[in-house]
Amino acid sequence: MTAKETPSTTRTSFWHDPEKRAIIFQLLALAVVLLVGYYLFANTTANLKRQNIASGFGFLGKEASFEIGESMISYSAADTYGRALLVGVLNTLKVSFIGIILTVILGTLVGIARLSSNWLISKIAAIYIEVLQDIPVLLQLFFWYGIFYQFFPPPRQAIRVLRGVFISNRGLVFAVPAPDPIHAWMGAAFLAACLGSYLLRRWARRRQEKTGRYFPVFRVSLLLLVLLPLLTWLAGGAPTKMDVPVLRGFNFVGGRNISPEFTALLLGLVLYTSAFVAEVVRAGIQAVSHGQTEAAMSLGLRPGQILNLVILPQAMRVIIPPLTSQMLNLTKNSSLAVAIGYPDFVSVTNTTINQTGQAMEGIALIMAVYLIFSLTTSVFMNWYNKKAKLVER
Amino acid sequence: MTVYEPIEEFTDLKPPVTSIGVLGWIRSKLFNNWYNSLLTLATLYLLVKVVPPFIDWAVINGNWNTTGAACHQSKGACWSIIHANIRFIMFGFYPPTEQWRPLLAMMLLFALLLVSRNRRWWSKYLGFAWLAGLVVMGLLMKGGLFGLPAVDSGQWGGLPLTLILSVFGLTAAYPLGVILALGRQSRMPAIRYLTIVYIEMIRGVPLISLLFMSAIIFPLFLPEGVTINKIIRAQVAIIMFTAAYVAEVVRGGLQAIPKGQYEAAESLGLNYWQTMRLIVLPQALKIVIPPTVSILISAFKDTSLVVIIALYDILKTTQSTLSNPEWMGFSTEAYLFLALVYFICCYFMSTWSRKLEKELQT
Repeated sequence: MTAKETPSTTRTSFWHDPEKRAIIFQLLALAVVLLVGYYLFANTTANLKRQNIASGFGFLGKEASFEIGESMISYSAADTYGRALLVGVLNTLKVSFIGIILTVILGTLVGIARLSSNWLISKIAAIYIEVLQDIPVLLQLFFWYGIFYQFFPPPRQAIRVLRGVFISNRGLVFAVPAPDPIHAWMGAAFLAACLGSYLLRRWARRRQEKTGRYFPVFRVSLLLLVLLPLLTWLAGGAPTKMDVPVLRGFNFVGGRNISPEFTALLLGLVLYTSAFVAEVVRAGIQAVSHGQTEAAMSLGLRPGQILNLVILPQAMRVIIPPLTSQMLNLTKNSSLAVAIGYPDFVSVTNTTINQTGQAMEGIALIMAVYLIFSLTTSVFMNWYNKKAKLVER
Repeated sequence: MTVYEPIEEFTDLKPPVTSIGVLGWIRSKLFNNWYNSLLTLATLYLLVKVVPPFIDWAVINGNWNTTGAACHQSKGACWSIIHANIRFIMFGFYPPTEQWRPLLAMMLLFALLLVSRNRRWWSKYLGFAWLAGLVVMGLLMKGGLFGLPAVDSGQWGGLPLTLILSVFGLTAAYPLGVILALGRQSRMPAIRYLTIVYIEMIRGVPLISLLFMSAIIFPLFLPEGVTINKIIRAQVAIIMFTAAYVAEVVRGGLQAIPKGQYEAAESLGLNYWQTMRLIVLPQALKIVIPPTVSILISAFKDTSLVVIIALYDILKTTQSTLSNPEWMGFSTEAYLFLALVYFICCYFMSTWSRKLEKELQT
């Protein structure tokens, strides 16, 4: 309670003044927190000294001397712990990024399937959602990882899926285009096409607001996104040389290899999270009342326009917040990689802790990195919520 | 004056055969337009491709009660792995002669859960029954009293451990979460910021980092010579983690209480704790029962993470069965069985939560 309305002539006693009492409570709480903190800190420093464990982040510059199975940047055992941890962060980001894209696609499909008028499809989607939500994600990871070893043969008897695509218990191997300087230019062309479509969309919207004329942005940008890289490829002499995997000794050489660890992790995370995303999508679509569709139809909009201009913007407002928290969940769950041996950030940090003994710093790093991920997400969420808020009259 | 009588033949006219009964149902639910028909056919084709081979593997060629060696010879599923190891999977290293104790504790828990399923039986006495039940369960597991030999908690394992971690976890996390939620709504800035920092920090990091903390760092926090056993440390980590999520759910409930309720309570002369205990919390907590159950479900699933710090919960016992050479390579069967166990437990809770949601809708 803030200001007292009635000026009292008698002085309220110290203890009965809510404002003063509040100050005392807060001071007490702070004192307790500080004391407990100090007690833990004192114990910890004493214990560290007794066990001769170094402290501080000096270990980051020392040689890691352990190998990492897969890495997006060049890394060897001679590199520093700092670089090893960076490899871990990149691996976490890689699996989360690919996982999120696949999850959103699969989750949306299942969510729509759940609402399908087709009984069979709707029931299968319902079973999918119920079953995958109710099984711990760690168990799912073990399950998929186990399947690789139980059902797939060693590389020598690898199953040939297509020309140049093999599955064995060492993972999936497939042919990729042999490296060529034109690939970098194709990437640049793709980025240019992205920028172009963004500008096109802005221009089209402005023109529509001014003149009311409609421009098929989606089709034109799709064309741009496909054509520009394709033209660059043709201009570069259309190189078609492939890097085909060949069996040499006990394993494949060449091509691109996706390890069983990565596959199991990705599969587990995507299947588990997509079940939740499906529910989110279903709720979002159901939140837009049928009257909206009817009103849009009576305005003479085409089905595509109804979806684009009326239903999706409203459904998105309901879908996006829980969807982001599911994406964050996927990123946090990717830390379970440590259980099946995929070198994500937690797994690399765990190895580092085992080698250096500096558990405090290691776990502080894990927490800091994941906190950064979630804080970034919540900053985005706040921005989006502000942008998507209903503008009421 | 002509009286119009209903014509006999028309009243007896039935709708066409294709729009009622099984045929009508199939037509309207599976083949109502061309793409649904295509979809149905494609799905049926896929099912035919997948289901019979699975049944072949799982049932027709399945081994139900054989040795590991016989399983390795066979082409089918090896369910014998569960049959042969069920004791270890379910109870871990708990002494076999005392096995009836965790079994009884679990029965007690299931009985309490079943009783609580019906909302008409919710009362103060049920709350006391739960408290008493939890104490009895702890006693049964731990022993050392009433002539029961003591069983060191290092030997606890399997399903009882999973259930203990989740049930005790939620029981302790719930009041803590309510206090945190109240702290977050508090008018005192110091209290509010402390709780906000706690809640957001815990929700921002994965549970596994807290479990690592409990396993590796927590011993460093304690003065020399004091040790706390591993299960309790993991339990504390789970409680801290769950409490932050409970707090956010309860906060949602608190925010849904209209301001008039607080003002009415104040005008009656109730103080802060009376207002909360008698007016606000009973309403807020009732609103959030369904999301709280879903927290219970995820807490139950999350206990499987203690595998990573090498506690023998039901997932870890199954895994160690698989490292036995006799049963090596039957992970799919073992994990499918485990998935079924988890599924049954979670399905029970989620249908209950849906039922509650319907009942509580006012």
